[in-house]
Amino acid sequence: MTFIEIARNPLSTITLTFVVFWLTTALQRRTRLAILNPLVLTIAFLITFLKLTGISFEQYYEGGRMIEFWLKPAIVALALPLYNELKHIKSQFMSLFLTELAGCAVGVISVVLIASWLGASPEVIRSLAPKSVSTPIAIEITRQLGGIPALTSAIVVLVGMIGAMAGVKTMEWGRIKSPVSKSLSMGTAAHVMGTNRMSEYGDRYGAYATLGLILNGILTAFLAGPIVNLIL
Amino acid sequence: MAKQFGIIFGCLFLGELLALVPGMTIPGSIWGMLILTFLLNRGVVRAATIKPVCKFLTDNMAFFFIPPGVALMLYFDLIGKELIPIMVATVVSIIIVLLVTGHLHQYLHSRSKHHNQHK
Repeated sequence: MTFIEIARNPLSTITLTFVVFWLTTALQRRTRLAILNPLVLTIAFLITFLKLTGISFEQYYEGGRMIEFWLKPAIVALALPLYNELKHIKSQFMSLFLTELAGCAVGVISVVLIASWLGASPEVIRSLAPKSVSTPIAIEITRQLGGIPALTSAIVVLVGMIGAMAGVKTMEWGRIKSPVSKSLSMGTAAHVMGTNRMSEYGDRYGAYATLGLILNGILTAFLAGPIVNLIL
Repeated sequence: MAKQFGIIFGCLFLGELLALVPGMTIPGSIWGMLILTFLLNRGVVRAATIKPVCKFLTDNMAFFFIPPGVALMLYFDLIGKELIPIMVATVVSIIIVLLVTGHLHQYLHSRSKHHNQHK
């Protein structure tokens, strides 16, 4: 067996994925730099590795599909944090729901309108629609809309990085003072990565951001299809 | 362990069945999440029962997402061609979402607090 034959075996690609993610996670823990996102670094490393060795994506995906399989049950498992948060915020539910509804609608409408004004192709526009939602949810929505899931995942990671790096500053500049409102917005606009950023301020903020993330995910799943079909 | 996975996959299975309804734009996994939330809320499933597996799955979401991220290598040409609409639409939209969500929640939240004080 040649090196390439061993390297493209599903066992090898899965092992490589584990090891690279482990090392990049350790790197971020050491440096504490938001820009060294383990997910981004792992994807970049794996793409470079496949390009250099000439292993095709399809060959990588023989092992990769076994990892990706777990995305769907992971989304279902978000029911637990959602349930835990709902118990605490029953009295504020209406204001949270209205806020999320508005946040979700302006997010989908603005990105779809701007992209179509600037001449993006329908496929790309469909992939952009769920951009603020956590990746696993977003790629499921894109699949259902007929976009390109991989493009969505790239945009979602980009959105998360911009949100984590500039979101708090943007809101200070926009005179949003309430820390709870800031947290909710970060979860709504920048999903898991925005949530991570707010968790640095304390558990309560992380919880609000998680709520923004999950509620926006559900609402986007319901609204993105009708909005995209209406505009395009 | 089997019980926890049975509950989670059972909800996912029901969700996927719902997603098969023609014209449905909501993914099966979202339906599954809603079904499980409903079951927790009604007390049919206890939170403590499914906690270990749920925590494992949600803590490791980023990892499960690596393969669809690597699929990006198939679309470099398309992204290169439409880089400007993609970047501009994305950045402007994030700013809009942050400001609209933040201001609306701040307004509704302060109003409801005010209201409660005067009750």
